[in-house]
Amino acid sequence: MSQAAETSLSRSASRPGASLSPQGAGRWALSGQLTVRTLSDVLEHFDALDGADALFDLGALDKLDTAGAYLLVQLDARLRAQGGGLSLSGQSADHQAVLDRVAGSMPKPDKVVATKLSAMGWFDRLGRQVVAALAGFTQVLAMLGLFLAKLAYLLRHPSDFRVTALVHHCHQVGWKAVPIVALMGFLIGVVLAFQGSVQLRQFGAEIFVVDLIAISILRELGILLTAIIVAGRTASSFTAAIGSMKMREEVDAMRTLAIDPAVALFVPRILALLIVLPILGMIANVMGLFGGAMMAWIELGISPGMFLSRLLDDTSLDHVIVGFVKAPVFALIIGVIGCHAGMQVGGNAESLGTQTSSAVVRAIFMVIVADALFSVFFAILGI
Amino acid sequence: MAETVIELRGIINQFGTTRVHDNLDLDVYRGEVLGVVGGSGTGKSVLLRCIAGLRPPQGGSIRIFGQDALNCSESERRAIDARMGVMFQDGALFSSLTVRENVEVPMRTLPDLNAKLRAELADLKISMSGLPYAAGGKYPSELSGGMRKRAGLARALALDPEIVFLDEPTAGLDPIGAAAFDELIKALSETLGLTVFMVTHDLDSLHATCDRIAVLAEKRVMYTGTMQEMLHIEHPWVHEYFHGPRARAAVDTLERSA
Repeated sequence: MSQAAETSLSRSASRPGASLSPQGAGRWALSGQLTVRTLSDVLEHFDALDGADALFDLGALDKLDTAGAYLLVQLDARLRAQGGGLSLSGQSADHQAVLDRVAGSMPKPDKVVATKLSAMGWFDRLGRQVVAALAGFTQVLAMLGLFLAKLAYLLRHPSDFRVTALVHHCHQVGWKAVPIVALMGFLIGVVLAFQGSVQLRQFGAEIFVVDLIAISILRELGILLTAIIVAGRTASSFTAAIGSMKMREEVDAMRTLAIDPAVALFVPRILALLIVLPILGMIANVMGLFGGAMMAWIELGISPGMFLSRLLDDTSLDHVIVGFVKAPVFALIIGVIGCHAGMQVGGNAESLGTQTSSAVVRAIFMVIVADALFSVFFAILGI
Repeated sequence: MAETVIELRGIINQFGTTRVHDNLDLDVYRGEVLGVVGGSGTGKSVLLRCIAGLRPPQGGSIRIFGQDALNCSESERRAIDARMGVMFQDGALFSSLTVRENVEVPMRTLPDLNAKLRAELADLKISMSGLPYAAGGKYPSELSGGMRKRAGLARALALDPEIVFLDEPTAGLDPIGAAAFDELIKALSETLGLTVFMVTHDLDSLHATCDRIAVLAEKRVMYTGTMQEMLHIEHPWVHEYFHGPRARAAVDTLERSA
């Protein structure tokens, strides 16, 4: 609470200090203030004492705190171990009380078992990490299973369903993400059109910039980048919200009140993502095409009308379908990882931070992995 | 009479339009253990935070160690703070540091203190607070509530302060742990000459440790005095507090020992 002033105080010249002055063989007078702030004044003198008996006169000592007393008690113990000892004289009753208190509660270190570093230990740790990673993966799958099971349960018991929570999360996850997703889509369209036009102009194939933009945005980029942004925004907020509830035992309280956390917390969140992610993807697509059309018009002189007719004539609906098929999968990945990480939060604030950042990283990574698998899948199918 | 270390005059604390303290006066003397009691919402913790410098009052004056603590330079205030330690209700330990590192935090401001000695002194404070040596290497989340309070006390005592503020030190402890904590505070205040400002609801704790009790009521310190004096006060709240069913047991032990 007091950091900087401390520093300035202890460095100022007027600081009261402690001093140890010799008074004949084996006798010293300790004077001034021996406190945690002045230990360094006498530390060297204390360390220099060796083996023999020593007698300290504390008659002129104004102030002694526990840190100073610790130094004296420790010096006595060291001298005793070397066959000598420290005797004190002239100390006041207050100082003796402090000395007794400190001597009575000297820390007694436990035996520390040193862990050896070895190749075996390294393999041991590696093995444990691999097992832990696999266990984490199965836990995420278990969370997915839990979500599907609770969804099936809610289909049979629709009265348990929390519509308000669903709407709230749709608002948080969807509506509030619209500006950032729209802007991102628009800029991606602009960038693609600009980069494409530079390359395609060399072949006089400027008109193909429409196909370039349409296919890449509708098929891949629109939904993938939306999912990445949503993973960053939403997976972290799911983890933080559920994690802080877990930390303060709110989740346990729910269980004791016969509220199923899966129904109350997970289903509305993941379902909200399932609903809004395709919509956000649609917004990104439209804005991407709009941005691309703008850039194509400015850079290549392709009028919006021409852009639209080329888009409608030449772009197969397959691309749009391929893009939107991925949306629910991405939504599930983001939602399940976010909720799972929230439930992994332990008792302290630090684990909340760790889990939140790990949820974002894992969600983004898994979204990209899933996207790669989809590409392979559609390539094999020939779509 | 002993030297006055904290002198509050005309303190006003207000939240919005609600006045918690109005013209509150209080003196704390060197070496005493002062227990502050009052109903919920009478601003006991607010008062503690005021003196500890965490919340400036809307009016009044605070003198600590004879120095004006409200109208002083930043460095003067820090010098005052360096002579005080605060133990928060749940310890308020830094969760990313071990207990030993937590206790070392205030000591890190002393550039002359080498790392080895610092760790040793931290171990001493941990041991003086009644924690086992092994607790020093643990993180706050691995400790029980009572141990966290002790670790919080160890950190408050790290620089051998002259005044220690304790916010509900025995709340949430079992009776045995609470009694042990009372004894610890009493013993520390006696041997180290500590002045203790303690906010508490615990009648046993008041009886066991406090030299003087200050009752907060009607937005000010209504009464100060020893436990015995409190028993003879006619004010309805004070009477209820010290004569209620929960008070009887504590008073019984007091009378037996008297």
